[in-house]
Amino acid sequence: MEASVANDSEFGEGLKAGISIAVGYMPVALTFGLLARTTGLTLYEAVLMSVLVFAGAAQYITLSLIAIGTGAFEIIFTIFIVNIRHLLMSASINEKVEEDTPWKKAVYAFGITDETFTVSATKAGRLTTGYMFGLCLISYSSWVLFTGGGYLAGATLPNVIQQGMSVALYAMFIGLLIPSAKKSRKVLFLAALAALFNSFLTFAHFSTGWAIVLATLLSSIIVEWVMGEGENE
Amino acid sequence: MSNTMIWLIIGLAIVTYIPRMIPLVFFNSDKIPSVVQNVLKNVPFAILGALIFPGILSIHEDFLFGVIGAVAAIFAAYLGANLIVVVMFAVAVLSTYAYFI
Repeated sequence: MEASVANDSEFGEGLKAGISIAVGYMPVALTFGLLARTTGLTLYEAVLMSVLVFAGAAQYITLSLIAIGTGAFEIIFTIFIVNIRHLLMSASINEKVEEDTPWKKAVYAFGITDETFTVSATKAGRLTTGYMFGLCLISYSSWVLFTGGGYLAGATLPNVIQQGMSVALYAMFIGLLIPSAKKSRKVLFLAALAALFNSFLTFAHFSTGWAIVLATLLSSIIVEWVMGEGENE
Repeated sequence: MSNTMIWLIIGLAIVTYIPRMIPLVFFNSDKIPSVVQNVLKNVPFAILGALIFPGILSIHEDFLFGVIGAVAAIFAAYLGANLIVVVMFAVAVLSTYAYFI
C-alpha cells in the first residue's frame, strides 16, 4: 500500500518535471506536423511517425530526406547515425535509475530523448521507474498531440510567438545547466568544452549525430582525466 | 497510405528504439569499470553544452535571436528561476524582440 502511494507521487513528480518539456515540444511538434503535410505525408503517416519514433531531430531530418527523394534504406541508415547519441544517454541514465524488471526499463527506454534525458540526468538523487514513466509520458503525449494539431491546423502559432518559441528547448537546456554550473566548475568545463568541440566538428561538416556524440565523449573523458571525479554529483 | 512509407516508419522506429533500449536493459552497472562509470556521469553536462552550442545560433536567420534568447535564459536561470519560468521568460523576451524588428 505504502509502496503504491510512493509510486504514485514519484509518477506525479515525473509528470511535473516534464511540463517544461511538453511546453518546449509544442512548437517543435506543431511545426513537424505542418512540414509533414507540406512534404506530402498523410495525417495518419505523420502521427504514426510521432507515435512510433518519438525523436525530434530524427523526424525532421527524415522529412527533409523524403523531400529530396532519398531512398528508404539511406534514410534509415542516416537516422541510425543521428540516434547513436541515445546509446550514450541510455548508458548514462542506467547509472542513475533504480534497478527494476527489464521490461519496465525497456518501456521507458522508448521515452529517452535529448530533453527527457537531460531533465532526469540533472535531477538530484536516484531516479525511480515511476518518475521516468511520468516524465516520458507527458513529453510523449505533447509530441504526439501537437504533431496531429500542427497537421490539422495547417498553420502554427502567430508568427511572433512562433519565432519566440524557437528558443524554448534551448532555454530549457540552459535552465538545466546553469544551477549545476553555478555550483561546480567541473560542470562548467564539461559543458564549455563539449560546446567548443561540437562547434569545431560542426564547422568541419561532421553530421549532427556524430558531432554531438564525439564532442560529448571527448569532453567527458578529458575533463575526467584532468579534474578527476566527484565534483559533479 | 503507401506501403513504402509504413516500412520506412517502422524501420525508423527500430533504429531509434534500439540505441535507447540496449544499455538500459542489458548493461549491468556493477560490472562496468568505475572509470567508465565516472565518464558516463559526466555525459549529461557535456551533452547539454553540445546540444546548446552552436545549435542555438541557427534557430533563426538573424543569429541575434539565439544570442538574445540565451542571455534571457541564462539571466533567469542564474537568478534561480524555476525551469518552466526560464523557458517562458526566454520565449517572452524573444517574442517581444521579434515583434519590434
